[in-house]
Amino acid sequence: MTESSSPLPHAKFRCRGVNVHYGMAQAIKDNDIDIYDKSVTSFIGPSGCGKSTFLRCLNRMNDTIDICRVTGDIRLDGVDIYDTEIDPVQLRARVGMVFQKPNPFPKSIFDNVAYGPRIHGLASNRADLDALVESSLRSAGLWDEVKDRLSSAGTGLSGGQQQRLCIARAIATQPEVLLMDEPCSALDPIATEIVEELITNLGETYCVVIVTHSMQQANRISERTAFFHLGELVEYETTHDIFNTPKDERTIGYVSGRFG
Amino acid sequence: MMSETTMPPAVSVHTGEAAKKRMKKRHNAEKRLRAYGIIAISLAALALVALLYNVFARAVSVRTEHYITVAADISKDENDFLKVVKTAAREAFPFASGRTQKREVYGLFSDGAADDMRDAAEAGTLEAGSGIQRRFLLSDSVDLYLRGVFGTLEEREPEGALTLSEDGKTVLLQSTAADFNDALGLVKAGLAQQSERLRREAERQSAGIETLTARLPSLEGPELDDTKAQIEGFKAKRAQLSGQADALDATIMAQGGERLKLTNRMPSFFVRSNDGILKLTEVSSTTALGKPLIPLSGTAAGAWSLLSLDRPEIGRPVKDFQVALVEDLRAKDRIEEVTNWRFFTSSDSTQPEIAGIYGALIGSMWTMLVTFSLAFPIGVMAAIYLEEFAPRNRWTDFIEVNINNLAAVPSIVFGLLGLAVFLHFFGVPRSSPLAGGLVLALMTLPTIIIASRASIRAVPPSIRSAALGLGASKVQTTFHHVLPLAMPGILTGTIIGMAQALGETAPLLMIGMVAFITAVPEGITDSATVLPVQVFNWANASERAFDMRTAAAIAVLLGFLVVMNMIAIILRKRFERRW
Ligand SMILES: Nc1ncnc2c1ncn2[C@@H]1O[C@H](COP(=O)(O)OP(=O)(O)O)[C@@H](O)[C@H]1O
Ligand SMILES: [Mg+2]
Repeated sequence: MTESSSPLPHAKFRCRGVNVHYGMAQAIKDNDIDIYDKSVTSFIGPSGCGKSTFLRCLNRMNDTIDICRVTGDIRLDGVDIYDTEIDPVQLRARVGMVFQKPNPFPKSIFDNVAYGPRIHGLASNRADLDALVESSLRSAGLWDEVKDRLSSAGTGLSGGQQQRLCIARAIATQPEVLLMDEPCSALDPIATEIVEELITNLGETYCVVIVTHSMQQANRISERTAFFHLGELVEYETTHDIFNTPKDERTIGYVSGRFG
Repeated sequence: MMSETTMPPAVSVHTGEAAKKRMKKRHNAEKRLRAYGIIAISLAALALVALLYNVFARAVSVRTEHYITVAADISKDENDFLKVVKTAAREAFPFASGRTQKREVYGLFSDGAADDMRDAAEAGTLEAGSGIQRRFLLSDSVDLYLRGVFGTLEEREPEGALTLSEDGKTVLLQSTAADFNDALGLVKAGLAQQSERLRREAERQSAGIETLTARLPSLEGPELDDTKAQIEGFKAKRAQLSGQADALDATIMAQGGERLKLTNRMPSFFVRSNDGILKLTEVSSTTALGKPLIPLSGTAAGAWSLLSLDRPEIGRPVKDFQVALVEDLRAKDRIEEVTNWRFFTSSDSTQPEIAGIYGALIGSMWTMLVTFSLAFPIGVMAAIYLEEFAPRNRWTDFIEVNINNLAAVPSIVFGLLGLAVFLHFFGVPRSSPLAGGLVLALMTLPTIIIASRASIRAVPPSIRSAALGLGASKVQTTFHHVLPLAMPGILTGTIIGMAQALGETAPLLMIGMVAFITAVPEGITDSATVLPVQVFNWANASERAFDMRTAAAIAVLLGFLVVMNMIAIILRKRFERRW
């Protein structure tokens, strides 16, 4: 890992010596990484290399997998998130997540977005909640499309709209970090473009981490890119450097399309 | 382009003759399967229709009940209403003489008549006074007679004119036409049958004589003598039987006006004349001897009619005297058929005409309430725990296997368990809906747990991830998202379990719910019976009148089931309203 030349923003996540095992199989091998605030970071790499696994370490979603064991030190703003003091439920309110397949609740659009604020008690009255739902939908670029049918089913939207609804839902909880696991892989090119633009915008205010299998996408939207290979973090640089001056053999091979 | 048209068509494995044959075989198999399916469904539908028809055709008779109107005296503060009914009966039919006739008069009235008056007196709606015409409930057998269960009564206009002449206690009837031929014919047919029976018996004697005679040559000494004596005995018996048969045949063939006797093994014949009813005891084609059952006002010639009841008196609980009384009253419009609300508002009784389903219905409701409020929450919670929270280990595997096994345990075993644990150990009141509900809840639990687990497992994991990813706790995820989505399946399982519990009899017999209970349970600790047990009890009762009540109770049970299912379907639709 080499230091970036540009002035460093605040490191939101500081990970050291992270290992993840599924039962006996090791999925992440001794990774160190700093993820910076108010920017978009991409995780790329061949499938099965542990991108999703590592992403799930950041909001302790791995806790929900029985056989998964995470060791090492992961700090969010300097606080160890695997500390026994830390409530993973509260952590997930700070570190939102958007999944590969759009997974809106089978409820109304409004209820989808309002769910996070409701369970965390973020809105004291109905007007506040309405405002929060509206601003979240606006941030996700969905407001104009759904403002007239907030009470209709979230599952009735198109794929791209559903994914933006999921993003709006994540934003409504007012997280500090947004984790996205291949958010565009189930979307058509036009929907992808819209979501990508959205992610770029979100990167200005949030710490966004996105897993993608598309190198062009990483290139387009992220400031930094981490390349994973067989559970190892091989190279972590500015996106420009990763794609133009990769150092490791494996990175060179991957970005030039020789394998992956 | 040219080459394309001249090229021979490519033969693939999917075209050609063999492929066509394979295709055809596949289509035939599909058609066959569809036919099997249609046949199976038709058979099931047919069975269902037959069952429902059988139940409802018999149950509709419960729709009405029969009342008789007679005058009765009631003083202001009467309390012995049985006596009131008895007195009214006696006064209404003063001509009933002798113990038998008096008993038959009382037998017209139901015990319910006195109960009705007592209820009315308690409600303050009973009108005191003498000579007031009042309605009395008729007994179950008369009710059945009026429904034609004990044969059909036919009334016929005779052809001839009738002359009556009193002859001591009997009345001699003479018609100018052969109006009694029907009766005579029946008597003769009866005699012919009897004679035939005698001749068959005589033939059996002949056969015995033959076999014994064939054995004679091989016998000697005292044995020979014995056998000879036996043969003589048989011969004497044969002669006697043939003689009797001959005598009967002679009677049948006799052309003279000789009257023949009607017995109680033959259909009954009555003559209505001069405001009275005579029962025919002897008939020839134009004359008859009659016994007045309802006294005649005189012996004047005039309008008359012939009544016949095809079921012999010996084969029915309603005797000829009662038939005459009922027919007389019916002619006077003093028998009414009214809608039977009693069946739905009263509880069990030993008297079928006043037995009702209400007590059992309420008992079933209380029992189901207990069953549901125990089995549903416990079952769903257990399923949630096992599916969402429990670690997968040997213990949970063990529990899972046991739950699955419990679902296959015969229900009577739960009854035994309930008897030993709930009644004897915990002292839950015997026969109470609480005890029944507890036992049925135990029985229903595995069904609900298994169905709930399956439907919880069917909720897509992505929904759980979505909720957890937003910072919902496990409990919030489960109750806000998983449970509502699983609810339709859970409700389906619950309704299956509850329907099973509703129709369950065996375990309830074990805990005393089979007891004869006439009170309507007011709570879950009162003694009660339930619908299926009521059906069971009535089906075992000897009175014919319980037949239709059994069918009606089954209909009520089915109705209860339908209502329960409907509630479940409505609830399920609520949850199924997909967004
Ligand atoms: N729930 C799981 N249980 C067991 N093994 C898993 C699980 N999820 C992922 N793995 C394993 O961990 C490795 C990394 O998987 P993943 O993080 O999904 O890779 P990526 O997202 O980069 O394609 C793979 O070998 C995969 O088989
Ligand atoms: Mg992945």
